[in-house]
Amino acid sequence: MRLWIVIVAAVLLSFVSLFLGAIDIKISDLVNGDTDKIDIFLVSRVPRLMAIILAGAGMSIAGLIMQSLSRNKFVSPTTAGTLDAAKLGILISMLFFTNVTYTGQILFSFAFALAGTFVFMQILDRIKFKDVIFVPLIGIMYGNILSSITTFFAYEADLLQNISAWLMGSFTLVISGRYELLYISVPALVLAYLYANKFTVAGMGEDFAKNLGLSYKAVMNIGLVLVAIISTTVVLTVGVIPFLGLIVPNIVSLYLGDNLRKTIPHTAAMGVVFLLVCDIIGRIVIHPYEIPVNVTVAVIGSAIFLVMLIRGRAYAKK
Amino acid sequence: MIEIKGLTKLFGKKPVVEDVSITIEPGTITSFIGPNGAGKSTLLSMVSRLLDADTGEVLLDRNNVKKWNSSEFAKRVSILKQANHINVRLTVRELVAFGRYPYSKGRLTSADEQFVDQAIAYMNLGEMQDKFLDELSGGQKQRAFIAMVIAQDTEYILLDEPLNNLDMKHSVQIMKILRNLVDELGKTVIIVLHDINFASVYSDRIVALKNGRLVKDGPTHEIIKTDSLRDIFDMDIPIQDQNGCRICVYFNS
Repeated sequence: MRLWIVIVAAVLLSFVSLFLGAIDIKISDLVNGDTDKIDIFLVSRVPRLMAIILAGAGMSIAGLIMQSLSRNKFVSPTTAGTLDAAKLGILISMLFFTNVTYTGQILFSFAFALAGTFVFMQILDRIKFKDVIFVPLIGIMYGNILSSITTFFAYEADLLQNISAWLMGSFTLVISGRYELLYISVPALVLAYLYANKFTVAGMGEDFAKNLGLSYKAVMNIGLVLVAIISTTVVLTVGVIPFLGLIVPNIVSLYLGDNLRKTIPHTAAMGVVFLLVCDIIGRIVIHPYEIPVNVTVAVIGSAIFLVMLIRGRAYAKK
Repeated sequence: MIEIKGLTKLFGKKPVVEDVSITIEPGTITSFIGPNGAGKSTLLSMVSRLLDADTGEVLLDRNNVKKWNSSEFAKRVSILKQANHINVRLTVRELVAFGRYPYSKGRLTSADEQFVDQAIAYMNLGEMQDKFLDELSGGQKQRAFIAMVIAQDTEYILLDEPLNNLDMKHSVQIMKILRNLVDELGKTVIIVLHDINFASVYSDRIVALKNGRLVKDGPTHEIIKTDSLRDIFDMDIPIQDQNGCRICVYFNS
């Protein structure tokens, strides 16, 4: 598949997304200067589209980096405890620091996401049996442990509702002024592209990387920091979007391989397309109401994931 | 020149390599042989600094390998460990191009591209250069990895059991290529081998280890002898001369 096809699809879907919603907005309204509609367009529709684009590209690339560094096709922020750790971080910041600012939440969440992912990589380093299915299973268990800690303390502190709000990935509440944190992931994505070759080399193993004179540990750490930044910004603004970081990089890997310099643009564009499709479906099905995007992503994503597991076990093992 | 001086490596308290000292002559093939668990691969890993030694040192051009800048070292010494388990989907050409990483950091210049072209041609991989590694047979894959090492263009090439999982035809092919690398391109090859007859036929020098200790070190014709082999393998192995190749007939000894 060519990159331009994916990009054209993303642009077309973006237009659909911009002109879809409870209130009917047409291009002519914008041109004619209908101020109410222009307001809705700028305050709600455009931010929503930007959030979808950044979250779609971001989560897909975070997944791609994790798969490369862990050398396992089924590891992603959802299957390695990254997102669960980020949630735990937000909770702790709310529990222990009553007057915590938004920035404080971000930093806590980031620190936890980073530490959580790092711990998972350490576990991965120590287990002998590195089966493609076994490793993400451990990650999911690990994530559930973190998540149950979060739930327990949230229950004790009567914060359960806030927690479930972060659980639910949704673009419904994205309006101007509430999503700009996502732009922090832009430099992270640029860095990911600049480090693409290093991630590819590190993905061939420590010995291989050392042979080529690459400082393996440093690259590993930079990768984990980028993953933590991207995941945190998405969790804090949009919520948890499952499967995205798992499915999109794998689809791209099937037709394009694992050379990150080549696959990062595709993965980003494909992630945007996938998330746009899921969001648009969620907005159409019970129009004028909406189904949160994490539901549509989970339904479509789990189906694709199942196919990948059944058909692709052989491919993932290679 | 690579000098190995009093190298020891402990796993726990058990020494896997103990007080080994050898000097590698440029322009030769040196084979490390010995029974399983003799410490051959560990020794090779320390020489290529994938592993740190507990005591002793490895010198490249009289400088301790640990003190070398990692990129500069990667331009002088390359190591290929058993590579069959690498599960990254790269095309042959992409893999070979990564051999230029120490020079280009991934931004290939036209000079780098030339090295890549030459390495691919040298390993006869032209027709399959755009295929993914996982579409290749074991022998082709091994050739692709060796092509990468050739593109890396190092003076020293270290290989850890490169014939593992290869059939006879491909094993011979790989060994002939290594011989040519030394004879035609002036490389120095250090190789861990399991099959003593490949060591006998293709190497200039043999280093034999047993229980982590150096037991024999000398020109091939001095090591491939019934007495010497008895000290290494605890077997009486008759040697037969086949057109100048000394073959160890160990199957019924």
